[in-house]
Amino acid sequence: MKTSGSPSLRDRIAAPVRDIPRSGIRDFFDIVSTMQDVISLGIGEPDFDTPWHVRESTVFALERGTTHYTSNLGYLELRKALAGYVGKKYGVNYDAESEVLVTVGVSEALDLALRALINPGDEVLYHEPCYVSYRAVILFAHGVPLAIETRAADGFRLTRAMLEKKVTPRTKVLMLNFPNNPTGATMSRQDLEEIAAFARERDLLVITDEIYAELTYDGPHTSIVSLPGMRARTLFLHGFSKAWAMTGYRLGYACGPAEVIDAMMKIHQYTMLCASSFAQKAALEALARPDSDIETMVAEYRRRRNFLVSAFAGLGLECTRPAGAFYAFPNIGKFGLPAKEFALKLLEQERVAVVPGTAFGACGEGFVRCAYATRLEQIKEAMKRLGRFIGRLG
Amino acid sequence: MDELLKLLLANACESRATIAQQLGIGVEEVERRIAEYEKRGVIRGYQAVLNEDQLDLDKVTAVIEVKVTPERGGGFNRIADRLSRFPEVRSAYLMSGTYDLLLFVEGHNLRDVASFVSAKLATIDGVLSTSTHFMLKTYKRLGVLMETNHEDERLTISP
Ligand SMILES: Cc1ncc(COP(=O)(O)O)c(C=O)c1O
Repeated sequence: MKTSGSPSLRDRIAAPVRDIPRSGIRDFFDIVSTMQDVISLGIGEPDFDTPWHVRESTVFALERGTTHYTSNLGYLELRKALAGYVGKKYGVNYDAESEVLVTVGVSEALDLALRALINPGDEVLYHEPCYVSYRAVILFAHGVPLAIETRAADGFRLTRAMLEKKVTPRTKVLMLNFPNNPTGATMSRQDLEEIAAFARERDLLVITDEIYAELTYDGPHTSIVSLPGMRARTLFLHGFSKAWAMTGYRLGYACGPAEVIDAMMKIHQYTMLCASSFAQKAALEALARPDSDIETMVAEYRRRRNFLVSAFAGLGLECTRPAGAFYAFPNIGKFGLPAKEFALKLLEQERVAVVPGTAFGACGEGFVRCAYATRLEQIKEAMKRLGRFIGRLG
Repeated sequence: MDELLKLLLANACESRATIAQQLGIGVEEVERRIAEYEKRGVIRGYQAVLNEDQLDLDKVTAVIEVKVTPERGGGFNRIADRLSRFPEVRSAYLMSGTYDLLLFVEGHNLRDVASFVSAKLATIDGVLSTSTHFMLKTYKRLGVLMETNHEDERLTISP
């Protein structure tokens, strides 16, 4: 609707929203979805179905009539189970009554966390390449995003020196995501110790998105929140999407100091009310025996990771060995094509979809993300096609 | 269980090279270990998992519960071994509960199986009684669902 004399509707959209481009992933999806016979290595969710006992318990919850609102924080029973799981697995104990909030995915938790912590103009440090939503949620919260470029040469790890170059007196929050989407990078305890020391010295709050914590292939995951002095300044975000293959359930959670959880709860209470009741019941079932479900999937991801790393090496593609999540981030710089063009040509000529690294930040130029949350036969065929494609590029 | 065995259980036809790549070891190592398992008799064979309902075979399968008298010294082993040697018996298990042996028996038709039971099985010394159930349809076999694979419902690209 445009009436003469008044500004166009586009101009009336709130500036932080109007000025953010659509996700690069979305554009690429629109192209891929018009094509047939595409093998997609572009899917950022497990190919496994949700474990059957979890799905079955969801049906049972529906049969029993668990279809109502829950308390704002989420079922207490679930929060207790979550606190127990995080305590046992990552060595940090939370009070289920006041320090755990059940959210609609880690997506909502990220949004709540930033809105709860950021005043307009506060700076947020985060590392790129990173999950597509980080920059946007910081801007929606009226924060100032400060991107730190991580590099293949460092295995896409974050270092203290990188943080020191970017930090200013106005910096309030540091966002972390390891194991990382899109690089598959992980951080060892030692790596995290220098980041933690920096956060303590600069009095930064830390939001750590550990949605891939269970999916590590060369050793167990360490959470930064378990390091000395970090619990009081860290918000731990996790969810059921990846390790339990429950993306469509939309269920995540935040653990942190009561003051921060309470602030997030206020927003959640007014804007979301609560997470889905039967999804919460399913999550309880998922937590009843996490290890056997996850072990099988992790073993399969590890084998695919090994295969992919070996296949890239065979094709002469440089790729940092990914140790977590289900992504590999090979370097395609030597072919002299921008990542987007490389991905488009690969799609057109060989019907293989990968995501241009630039979708995850400008420093993703020269890389593409290949997800191995896809059956091995598909990955094998994709590597054959990729080999043909780069053979022609020379 | 050894990762290598898990991979073979999932797909025994997988190429040795692909298995090697998944396990991060060399092809020779894979071949050596498989040969070793075969020699030790851990791997006893390789078979395709068929959906026989699609093949229109003249074949019926019965599950037979057998009660037997255990023997002094040999227990159930000798009689179980004797029964297992009939080619009609495709699988045989010692069970806990109200009967002792469970046999999966194949024949061309109902009469075939019936005559196996009355002429062979029931006449064997030590067999006390049998109870025969015919299988009507297979939904899942050896961990494989018999319905056709469902489509991947995921978006083709996602963050
Ligand atoms: C790093 C990261 N954080 C958060 C999410 C979103 O997770 P959820 O499904 O819990 O909203 C994703 C999904 O791809 C992710 O990769």
